[in-house]
Amino acid sequence: MIRVMLPYHLRTLAQVDAEISLEIDGPVTQRSVLNALESRFPMLAGTIRDHGTLQRRPFLRFFACGEDLSLESPDTQLPEAVVSGKEPYMIIGAIAGG
Amino acid sequence: MSGVRVLVGTHKGAFILTSDGKREKWNVSGPHFAGWEIYHLKGSPVDPNRLYASQTSGWFGQIIQRSDDGGKTWYQPGTKPGEPTTTPDGMPKTESNKFIYDTSSTTGKPLTTHQWYDGTQHPWEFKRVWHLEPSFTDPNTVYAGVEDAALFRTTDGGQSWHELPGLRGHGTGPKWAPGAGGMGLHTIVLDPKNPNRIYVAISAAGAFRTDDAGKTWKPINRGLSSLHIPDPTAEVGHCVHRIAMNASRPDVLFMQKHWDVLRTDDAGESWREISGNLPTDFGFAIDVHAHEPETVYVVPIKSDSEHYPPDGKLRVFRSRKGGNEWEPLTNGLPQRDCYVNVLRDAMAVDSLDDCGVYFGTTGGQVYGSADSGDHWAPIVRDLPAVLSVEVQTLS
Repeated sequence: MIRVMLPYHLRTLAQVDAEISLEIDGPVTQRSVLNALESRFPMLAGTIRDHGTLQRRPFLRFFACGEDLSLESPDTQLPEAVVSGKEPYMIIGAIAGG
Repeated sequence: MSGVRVLVGTHKGAFILTSDGKREKWNVSGPHFAGWEIYHLKGSPVDPNRLYASQTSGWFGQIIQRSDDGGKTWYQPGTKPGEPTTTPDGMPKTESNKFIYDTSSTTGKPLTTHQWYDGTQHPWEFKRVWHLEPSFTDPNTVYAGVEDAALFRTTDGGQSWHELPGLRGHGTGPKWAPGAGGMGLHTIVLDPKNPNRIYVAISAAGAFRTDDAGKTWKPINRGLSSLHIPDPTAEVGHCVHRIAMNASRPDVLFMQKHWDVLRTDDAGESWREISGNLPTDFGFAIDVHAHEPETVYVVPIKSDSEHYPPDGKLRVFRSRKGGNEWEPLTNGLPQRDCYVNVLRDAMAVDSLDDCGVYFGTTGGQVYGSADSGDHWAPIVRDLPAVLSVEVQTLS
């Protein structure tokens, strides 16, 4: 079970708590996690990645195990601690605007 | 018992203001979608309980919200609250927040670039929905004006949106350029007597019209003069801020341009300036009285860099003669130390007798007048910056 943490506004949009759990079939990558997230919560499609390009939206970052994974390949295997459910995969909204 | 419902979009959520026909005591509901920018919300003319809202964020992109009960509850079209969000085979039920430019070679001549600030060509990039315009005849049909400028339409109540690519594809698209606020299609005016005719306005491209329900379009900017572009009378490139119509005379339009207030009496074939004695002809909002088609309202703003009323006095100007001769309306409005702005979609009229006029400010006030502008009073004073105001007249 993969643990995913969402920023406040996406929680209210999906009507979920801060952390949700997802079942992933196959390799656990950023792409497979986000695909599963959008499949279960279709209102989140387009809010994290662009609809057409699937590129990360500029003011969001992806973290896990204290590492910034935002610029990593979406098909790279996530850390074992995320795969095992020990650590969450975090989607973070940038603090911008002063 | 008649009443009004004022739909207010703000920088940090939506608010719904309701009153009976006297328009003296108001109930305030909100914030809805707290923390999100609500560029616009508007009700269906054929089903007043059907509302649509554009919910947007620089962080999370575009969401479309819909209410079927006059704003008490909201949902994203295709997935009602409490319902499963996927079909039995696990597929998403809704694509209501998906706005994809048409790149099909079979549905027109979709463009891939427009002019950028430095004169180079730049790809079209969807950013947000500026304006939602429900159909006069079908509550499930709504037009959406978006940034980067294009026109989309839903015919299934907002569940899916499809571009009308003939607008970007009609030929002048590569000459369109963003204004300081971006390249948004912010104004959609439907002809109540001719379902095939639609007017739109784009910053900073100008005004356009279709006479075949959106298949083909033409610029309608003859008579506009804009000193900030290389050719002041060019076919496109004008920063039109808003267009307004009285439903009884759909060939007569009034325009607030970046500078200049104008009118056309021939559906946009030619425009003439009617700024007359206005203290400044810069501004954003413009609207027309519901029952007097020659009565027009504007809110003059000092200049394109000083976005506040001249002399710190918040004044609506009214012309009862279709322009040129304007009178300031000040009763109930602050006449000193007022430095707010009134944005392009932040003025509206109701259709009660006497006509109500409403506008919102970037200072968070929403003012209303129940007597065609003679007297004003704040309905609310301390909302987030107001981006849009629409009014529904309820019977």
